[in-house]
Amino acid sequence: MNIVIIKYNAGNVQSVYYALERLGYTATVSDEPAVIRSADYVIFPGVGEAASAMKYLQEKGLDSVIRSLTQPVLGICLGLQLMCSHSEEGNVDCLGIFPQRVKRFPNTEKVPQIGWNDIFELHNPVFKGIKEHSYVYFVHGYYAELGENTIATTYYTQNYSAALCKENFYAMQFHPEKSGDIGEQILRNFLELKN
Amino acid sequence: MLTKRIIPCLDVKDGKTVKGINFVDIKTVGDPVELGALYAKMGADELVFLDITATNEKRKTLSDLVARVAQNINIPFCVGGGISSVEDVRVLLGCGADKISVNTAAVKNPQLLTELAGEFGSQCVVIAIDVKQVDGEWFVCTHGGQVVTDIKALDWAIEAVRLGAGEILVTSMNHDGTKNGFALDITRAMSEAVNVPVIASGGAGTMEHFAEALTEGKADAALGASVFHYKEIEIPALKQFLKEKGIEVRL
Repeated sequence: MNIVIIKYNAGNVQSVYYALERLGYTATVSDEPAVIRSADYVIFPGVGEAASAMKYLQEKGLDSVIRSLTQPVLGICLGLQLMCSHSEEGNVDCLGIFPQRVKRFPNTEKVPQIGWNDIFELHNPVFKGIKEHSYVYFVHGYYAELGENTIATTYYTQNYSAALCKENFYAMQFHPEKSGDIGEQILRNFLELKN
Repeated sequence: MLTKRIIPCLDVKDGKTVKGINFVDIKTVGDPVELGALYAKMGADELVFLDITATNEKRKTLSDLVARVAQNINIPFCVGGGISSVEDVRVLLGCGADKISVNTAAVKNPQLLTELAGEFGSQCVVIAIDVKQVDGEWFVCTHGGQVVTDIKALDWAIEAVRLGAGEILVTSMNHDGTKNGFALDITRAMSEAVNVPVIASGGAGTMEHFAEALTEGKADAALGASVFHYKEIEIPALKQFLKEKGIEVRL
């Protein structure tokens, strides 16, 4: 199985690489369009700032590469936000795979949200075997609103999208690579999706 | 609902976990890789790794050890000790760290926080503040607690967050190692003064102490070291205890 992790300037790429290694997979880390296109599964991680990450993707031509992928793609954290239409962080237009707009949490709670929160209203095979209200790890100051692509919901100041799916594109606001056994099961499920 | 976090801390010196070196053979404490994996399995919400020799001996954190710990845990991993530049952080993230903590270097050069936040995002930058109470006032300590500055702890916490820190790890030098409980007053003052999470550290001795830090101390997370290393407190029992007290935890 050929898994490619997209390398760019906003990655916790190594964390994702190790998580896959613990599941028994050796991933390739690359920013080469040809390598990314040839993958069976693509993971688009991200920890960082939206506007500078988008700028980097555009400079490398990776924005159009990601949009054109037809195999299962998993965006994580900032990866999810960059797959939405627009982010308030740096007021930047993003990849537009999902119609959601990404907004900053209000200051009525601490921002960023850091820690384990529960996910619910799970409805997608990527959550096979995952119980409602399982805990996963979140670290983020911006969120994607709910919408028809929402496949998991969570609550912090309000309900918002914990995960999104549209055709071959999957995205998670939490970090499955850092969410213990639950996260490992979700990653396994993703890698079992029909290519 | 967002839960409160329980965070074991590995103080590492020369590649070994060292807290309590004076009264227990180091091998019984276990090596950081094994301990990290054990804590992750037992339900720790995060792991902190501090290279406590780094500042004093001007060494860089042992990156290969960080990598081996990271390979073996499936929970978030924060690394600190001797970090003073964007390049230091890039190396550690490249080893599998998710967050880094800075202490002395940020006091010397506060702009470092802004540089790190700009490069890696605030969520990656933890400001570790060692504090000491002198005549009723809390001051910032540097160099592993050896130097007491004239900077007021609360002022520094507010400034550090303004500059880009996304989380505060506050350790009371007066309480660390005493097992008499956390410094609730300064922890609470910081938590009320800033809008980022605060991790209480220093003084954990009983399960009740953790509960106090997370309620009265208004901390978002509580850190312990030797109580976990010596199995005086087991993480699953601690979390069950907290839950029974009505504190939201991940079980």
